[in-house]
Amino acid sequence: MSRVDQGRRQILAWGAAMAGVALAPGVTLFDLAHGRAPTEPASSKVRWGMLVDLNKCASDCDACVSACDKENGLPTEKTATSAQWIRKVELKDMRGQVRSLPMMCQHCAEPPCVDVCPTGASFKRADGIVLVDRHTCIGCRYCMMACPYKARSFVHEPTTGQRPEVPRGKGCVESCTLCVHRIDRGGIPACVEACAATGRQAILFGNLNDPESEIAKRVASYATTAVRADLRLDPGVRYVGL
Amino acid sequence: MRGAGTFTGRAWRVAAKAALVVALAGSALAADAPSTRVPLPGVTAPAEGTCVEDTEFMRRNHMRLLVHQRDRTVHEGIRTEKHSLANCVSCHAGSKTGRVTGSKDAFCEGCHRYAAVKLDCFECHADRPAATASAAAPPAGGPK
Amino acid sequence: MSRETYSRLEARGFWALAFLGAAVALAGFLAAHAMETSGHVITGMNNQVVWGVPHVFAIFMIVAASGVLNVASIGSVFGHAVYKARAPLSGLLCLALLSGGLFVLMLDLGRPERVVVAATHYNFRSVFAWNVFLYSGMFTIVAVYLWTLMERRMAPWSKPAGLAAFVWRIILTSGTGSIFAFLVARQAYGTALLIPMFLAMSFAWGLAAFLVVQSTMYAWNGLALPADIQRRMRNLLALFVVTVLFLVAALHLVNGYFAKNLAFERFILADGGVYPVLFWGAYVVAGSLVPLALIWRPGSTARDLVVAALLVIAGAFALLYVFIVGGQAWPLDIFPGYTTSSTFGDGAIASYAPSLPEVLLGVGGLAVAFLITVVGVRALRFLPQDDLPAAPAAAPAGR
Repeated sequence: MSRVDQGRRQILAWGAAMAGVALAPGVTLFDLAHGRAPTEPASSKVRWGMLVDLNKCASDCDACVSACDKENGLPTEKTATSAQWIRKVELKDMRGQVRSLPMMCQHCAEPPCVDVCPTGASFKRADGIVLVDRHTCIGCRYCMMACPYKARSFVHEPTTGQRPEVPRGKGCVESCTLCVHRIDRGGIPACVEACAATGRQAILFGNLNDPESEIAKRVASYATTAVRADLRLDPGVRYVGL
Repeated sequence: MRGAGTFTGRAWRVAAKAALVVALAGSALAADAPSTRVPLPGVTAPAEGTCVEDTEFMRRNHMRLLVHQRDRTVHEGIRTEKHSLANCVSCHAGSKTGRVTGSKDAFCEGCHRYAAVKLDCFECHADRPAATASAAAPPAGGPK
Repeated sequence: MSRETYSRLEARGFWALAFLGAAVALAGFLAAHAMETSGHVITGMNNQVVWGVPHVFAIFMIVAASGVLNVASIGSVFGHAVYKARAPLSGLLCLALLSGGLFVLMLDLGRPERVVVAATHYNFRSVFAWNVFLYSGMFTIVAVYLWTLMERRMAPWSKPAGLAAFVWRIILTSGTGSIFAFLVARQAYGTALLIPMFLAMSFAWGLAAFLVVQSTMYAWNGLALPADIQRRMRNLLALFVVTVLFLVAALHLVNGYFAKNLAFERFILADGGVYPVLFWGAYVVAGSLVPLALIWRPGSTARDLVVAALLVIAGAFALLYVFIVGGQAWPLDIFPGYTTSSTFGDGAIASYAPSLPEVLLGVGGLAVAFLITVVGVRALRFLPQDDLPAAPAAAPAGR
């Protein structure tokens, strides 16, 4: 190896170190804002939530739905027996005015599905995400009877071609996971990403427990609606303009 | 494959015993004894010594590691790679098929068939690494 | 007919019945296996109607299992000798119906092979989990109760055991009603009234099931049910049928007054297609009014009572179908004040057509109950013993 090469290496090493110093604060900020070390469990200091702005959500757009299907390996064909973790619901009021919104698991603070589940397979994670542990789900469907948002689907058929990060199979109940596999790596849900990519940015994702987060600020300053607020389930998904 | 119970409760002990059988069979294989009349599972591991734990340890305890990791991942969101099922699959998928199930030569299924222990993972989990998972089969499961 | 001929025929009849029961139960099991292999897509159930015909059968049997024990309770707890003679049969029927109901409920699970998880993982906030505990407790208590009834040395314990069984089955049926009473999501459910309603239903359906089995057994042995017993049980059945009718009417009247539930009530009671037909035609008229007429008409016969009991059972299935399937077919009111539509059935009435496998599974559960009854009756001689001497072979009941 020549001396020149050694010199180059030295410069590269210094450069890498400098870059590291420059980036470190950013990385730290990102970590503080977004989560935790890979070995650290989800914490109740965080409560993940979404804020959907109906004024920005277009009736003819289903980018969130197709993004969810792709991310989670769900069937694209929509039938009475197919799994639908997120759907666009069209609302027509008495004046005939039509609006549209995405409907998915609302990640309640008081989830009825968790209360009714006989085996505890339906559970709420420390950071507020409501999930089904498929290893203990026996497929009784009581949670589907109990969910006031019709957010859950039963897998009616054998499945193939699952995504490695999203295992799913026949005989269990499932629903929106808030893309927990992405969140655990510091990412955001696929529907939020897809909605932003269309330029509409109708779905805002963030930590409701952090008063400095954009979502918490907006929930604090604008009128937002919890669907079926009469049931007082304190959903983590909220709507603007409903 | 079906009908032998799940990886819970009683099946646990069965699995542990079966693992012992496999371990014994494995050591017989390792002892360079071609004359053995005991039929052995036809699975081949990738390059030796590269597994996340000792081979002997894995033969006996892989299911414990997986269950432990599974509960930590599902309930606490800890997605460390070392003992994850996805990590097993990415290394042990067959060189030709790219899968850990589907034949008696496949790493997981071959041995589980041999030991007659129900393999309950891959009804839900992908049996091939991420790169080929999306390419090999389109998401299915929708009614026809 | 000589005694030998009779007993040979009787044995042949027993084996034929046992074989029939076993064959139907096996068919139900195979249907469940098909459902497990292909998934629930081969049933009529879907993401809107998540519980279907199997649950109608299962809940009928579980509710009737509790009610059928009424006969024993009246005997042991309230000390009526006529009923006490029937206590063992009543206990056996309870176990048989409970087994049949659980057979269906467990095999309908999405992952029936994991049913053991329901015993190892317990969520104490879940009504369903309480029920798992109540069912297993019921088996134990009734088994002990039967033992005290049939083992002479244990006889002093039969009253406390009967009392325990009585209390337990009231809780059990309350638990079954609570499965629906605790559902806030859907308009058809979520009211505490369902708990007394399920209790009344268990009394009526359990007694009806008991009467059918009892008269069949009497006919089988060429006996007639004594008039006194007939009269008592007839009046009791009428009372229970009226009570159910009253509570069902109260439920729908109160619900119908709530403006938010008006559309749902109209659906179930008037323009919902199959549901109003089943409700009025099968449950109210055929399953309640006709049996009451048969019971109360002057000169009502033993055969009238059996027909009435059979009609009450048929009406029970109709009522449960309307309650369970009809209650789910109506869409959830997620956005009150809006008309909604989506790819997931929002705002639309769900369609449900039961398929062969799920019907077979339900009937298979009945066959399990039947088989246990037939074998139990023969092996353990459960025929009420109080009136055997007074038995002319002519004109047996319910033939």
